[in-house]
Amino acid sequence: MFSIYCPYCEEHREEEEFHAKGQAHIARPRDPESCSDKEWGEYLYFRDNPRGLHHELWVHAAGCRKFFNITRDTQNYEIKETYKIEAEPRITATQAQ
Amino acid sequence: MTQTNRLPSGGRLDRNRPVTFKYNGTTYSGFEGDTLASALLANGVDVVARSFKYSRPRGIVAAGADEPNAVLQLGATEATQVPNVRATQQELFDGLVAASTNGWPSTDNDLMSYIGKVGGRMMPPGFYYKTFMYPQSLWDTYEKFIRKAAGIGRSPTENDPDIYDHMNHHADVVVVGGGPAGLSAALAAGRAGAQVILADEQAEFGGMLLHSNELINDAPATEWVAAVVAELQTMDNVMLLPRSTVNGYHDHNFVTIHERRTDHLADLAPRGQVRQRMHRIRAGWVVLATGAIERPLVYANNDVPGCMLASAVSTYIKRYAVVPGNELVLMTTNDQGYTAAFDWQDAGRKVVAIVDTRAEPTGACVAQAQQRGLKVIKGSAVIEVKGSKRVSGVLVASIDAAGDRVTGNVQQLACDTVASAGGWSPAVHLACHTGSRPEWREDIQAFVPGKTVQRQLTAGAVHGSYTLRACLEEGIQQGMLAATNAGFGEQIAGQIPVPTVTETAAGPVMTLFHVPHTKPTSRAPKQFVDYQTDVTAAGIEVATREGYESIEHVKRYTAMGFGTDQGKLGNINGMAIAAKSLNKTIPETGTTIFRPNYTPITFGAIAGRHCKELYDPKRYTAMHRWHLAQGAKFEDVGQWKRPWYFPKPGESMQDSLNRECQAVRTSAGILDASTLGKIDIQGRDAREFLGRVYSNAWAKLAVGKCRYGLMCGEDGMVFDDGVTACLAENHFIMTTTTGGAAGVLEWLELYHQTEWPELEVYFNTVTDQWATMTISGPNSRKLLAELTDDIDLSGDSFKFMDWKEGTVAGVPARVFRISFTGELSFEVNVQANYGMYVWERVFEVGAKYNLTPYGTETMHILRAEKGFIIAGQDTDGSVTPIDLGMSWCVANNKPFSYIGKRGMAREDCLKENRKQLVGLKTRDPEVVIPEGAHAVENPNQAAPVPMLGHVTSSYYSACLGHSIAMGFIRGGHDRMGETVYYPQPDGSVIEAEICSPIFLDPKGERQNV
Ligand SMILES: [Zn+2]
Repeated sequence: MFSIYCPYCEEHREEEEFHAKGQAHIARPRDPESCSDKEWGEYLYFRDNPRGLHHELWVHAAGCRKFFNITRDTQNYEIKETYKIEAEPRITATQAQ
Repeated sequence: MTQTNRLPSGGRLDRNRPVTFKYNGTTYSGFEGDTLASALLANGVDVVARSFKYSRPRGIVAAGADEPNAVLQLGATEATQVPNVRATQQELFDGLVAASTNGWPSTDNDLMSYIGKVGGRMMPPGFYYKTFMYPQSLWDTYEKFIRKAAGIGRSPTENDPDIYDHMNHHADVVVVGGGPAGLSAALAAGRAGAQVILADEQAEFGGMLLHSNELINDAPATEWVAAVVAELQTMDNVMLLPRSTVNGYHDHNFVTIHERRTDHLADLAPRGQVRQRMHRIRAGWVVLATGAIERPLVYANNDVPGCMLASAVSTYIKRYAVVPGNELVLMTTNDQGYTAAFDWQDAGRKVVAIVDTRAEPTGACVAQAQQRGLKVIKGSAVIEVKGSKRVSGVLVASIDAAGDRVTGNVQQLACDTVASAGGWSPAVHLACHTGSRPEWREDIQAFVPGKTVQRQLTAGAVHGSYTLRACLEEGIQQGMLAATNAGFGEQIAGQIPVPTVTETAAGPVMTLFHVPHTKPTSRAPKQFVDYQTDVTAAGIEVATREGYESIEHVKRYTAMGFGTDQGKLGNINGMAIAAKSLNKTIPETGTTIFRPNYTPITFGAIAGRHCKELYDPKRYTAMHRWHLAQGAKFEDVGQWKRPWYFPKPGESMQDSLNRECQAVRTSAGILDASTLGKIDIQGRDAREFLGRVYSNAWAKLAVGKCRYGLMCGEDGMVFDDGVTACLAENHFIMTTTTGGAAGVLEWLELYHQTEWPELEVYFNTVTDQWATMTISGPNSRKLLAELTDDIDLSGDSFKFMDWKEGTVAGVPARVFRISFTGELSFEVNVQANYGMYVWERVFEVGAKYNLTPYGTETMHILRAEKGFIIAGQDTDGSVTPIDLGMSWCVANNKPFSYIGKRGMAREDCLKENRKQLVGLKTRDPEVVIPEGAHAVENPNQAAPVPMLGHVTSSYYSACLGHSIAMGFIRGGHDRMGETVYYPQPDGSVIEAEICSPIFLDPKGERQNV
């Protein structure tokens, strides 16, 4: 069970308070009507499944209800950083290489 | 029975407290301080199990968690049955009842052992693997065989009467294992001031020191143990958990500990006491001081009762004053093994020989053995055991230096016990739980914990440091380091001296994972590697011969390590044998890893207090007690308890539903609708936000008005619906389905926070703050008028889809004129605390209107008569508003591309002939189509028959006098009046006509009065 630092509450809390919401930084297309079916399908359904660093969207569901991002290593479940929704990750896979 | 193997003195027993216990129906005696295993050995019980595959008699091998054979069933009554208890870890108490779990008709006299010879052939290596590849029909044969012959314990058939609980902690340092290293670590961290939890699976702290002959500070080691434990007990910052197995080491330093608080006292916990407790600890740092498990040697017939681990022999003699035999042959690859022979001799029994596999052992122990007059046979091994239910002798032969083959003549020695000492395997199990792979250390020929991202330290034997001095030293070091890392300990650095220990000179250890035989492995008598799953050296060789090269595949092919002991004794030997067979090194072959739990854990401890009433929260509305008093039947909707229907004496369910429906259609009914999700939405951009998350238009909804909305996903599929009211220009209240409330709130927050943070809008759940009662029926206006004098209920002033604020029964209320029944309806919302009061007032004035409470089932029927959908019943995540025939609820001219718009425009969603929601009228008006039934075009068509769609809602409508149904039909909107067929499991076919889903009052006149 993870111990997760909520960047809004500024505290570590137990995983039971959070929900994972999938890959982070998937922006809704600005103009959905201009997207082809393929592009819309990719936005809707296609996600990365990296072995290693992954940026994930989580929500502090039973806490402050804020959404935020986690950079997590999918191999050992280490959480490298958590950051607010508008921020960019400081740790990325390209850096790690 | 007399305790024939009990020594007259010694051991850590309370001889003033004799206890009696039952094993397989016979009464035996022992002492407080015994384990079940030590007591069985004291009483000369040799056979405690029959082996899984070959039904061979098995005896006690080990003295701890690694015991593979003495896995017994415990319990004096049906309700207190516990399977999978290792006798070596169960403390003896007066009245204990135990039984072996396999063997038929009895463990001692097992018929299956004869069949076992056949069974061995029936269950070759790869049995599991091959079983699933063979035709299914063979499984029956195998299964019967396994079940009968190899019962591995059973669950109680009655409820567990004991109490269990969970306890959550935060600790700076968790020390796992209370041996010399763990005690030292806890002492160091404790003195540094850190919050420390020290857990050990045994009743007493001390680990191997409890049976050791070594001295610490020139006194028996147990005195040092007592002093350290005494000091730890005085520390407020240290929690001692004996009888507590650290069973899991999880991500982010989360540790689960299974504490057995009363299992040593009685069959049933003393009244009011918790039997077992699960500690859930978020640890700053973890110090693993889990020690090492002795490796047995693999030789022919090494499973005959009387074959034991050398360290277990010492433990039974020194700690429990039990000598498990009369004449010992000890086989060892190392100096430490000699101790068992010395302890045996000191206990006054005969040591036949020490068989040392090393040609030239040099340690001090060899000289000591000679001084003691013990016969040491060097450069040799016990290659085979004689005997069936007990060892009767051994064959000893000289072997080459590599341990690959027998080099000399074979001599036979008579004995009844064989102790083997094959070296030590660090107990790396917990370190593996978080995914870290153990690393091979050539110098000690063993796996130690590998790299980890956990805040984990190791000390002592688990780290590969086997001497007492190293254990003490590393314990202090790592305990101090853990405390320092956790923010303590600077002040005491270097202040804890390492106790003095006299070390004896130890000679080199021989690496020997598989003792050779005069015959090839495949022809030699069975050489067992994993006792619990009956895996032999020959079996592993077969696996590699059949092409399995990965150790994970070998494991699955042979079932090695799949027992309840997870292969604690056998895995390393097995991997080494596989590696050798593959001509690879052990690190090349690698090791399998271990998973939680370290030892089996009870379901009680997992559940804790989360059972019965506390299993899941239940949610009740403010009027719940009234419903109870009226004898309502309830339905679970999410966690809510909703009245389902209100039966009157003598009524069938259908009678009640008919009565409730008629009351609403002819006069007045009332529904407790408090469970609907209610979300308060405020802010300058609240209206804009609603327009983006609902498929229909919201820009022009005036204050005082309500509107129904459909909520879709980005794929264009409906997932929730409800009515939202405009309370003020920047203030709305949204209702959701009962089950969807939390999900919808999270959905709104998701889009606000991640996509449109520039919108000024706030959401809050107010579901619990309001009690909601829907008064519905032609007399609802008259009824409500008697309860309010400040709300004008007239049709001109209070129109359909309006809402008004005022008082009802003198209580501030919001009244919404909305309708889910198709009748004139008023939804009265009052602060939840007033709910019951207002509800009762409504009934006081309602009597003359035959006001009838109705439940969810009547609500479902009434709305289905009107063709109103229920999100989640008539939708399943694959239907668009258009599929539902609700294009009126889609506003594609909104300036912002609302959620679902683009999804609905995908090619597939625009296809003709999609499944569409329609009404269904059965040819026979009395027949109700079962929900879920599938429609076909032609019931007589040969299979495969194309499915047209399924029925989502289906009821008998008393008001209409016939059954009604809604369901999906491919291209259904264009097939009005056509006939479809619903074949039933009993062979009958229900014929139905496709119609509009609005069965009653299609113009909506009833609600617009
Ligand atoms: Zn938070």
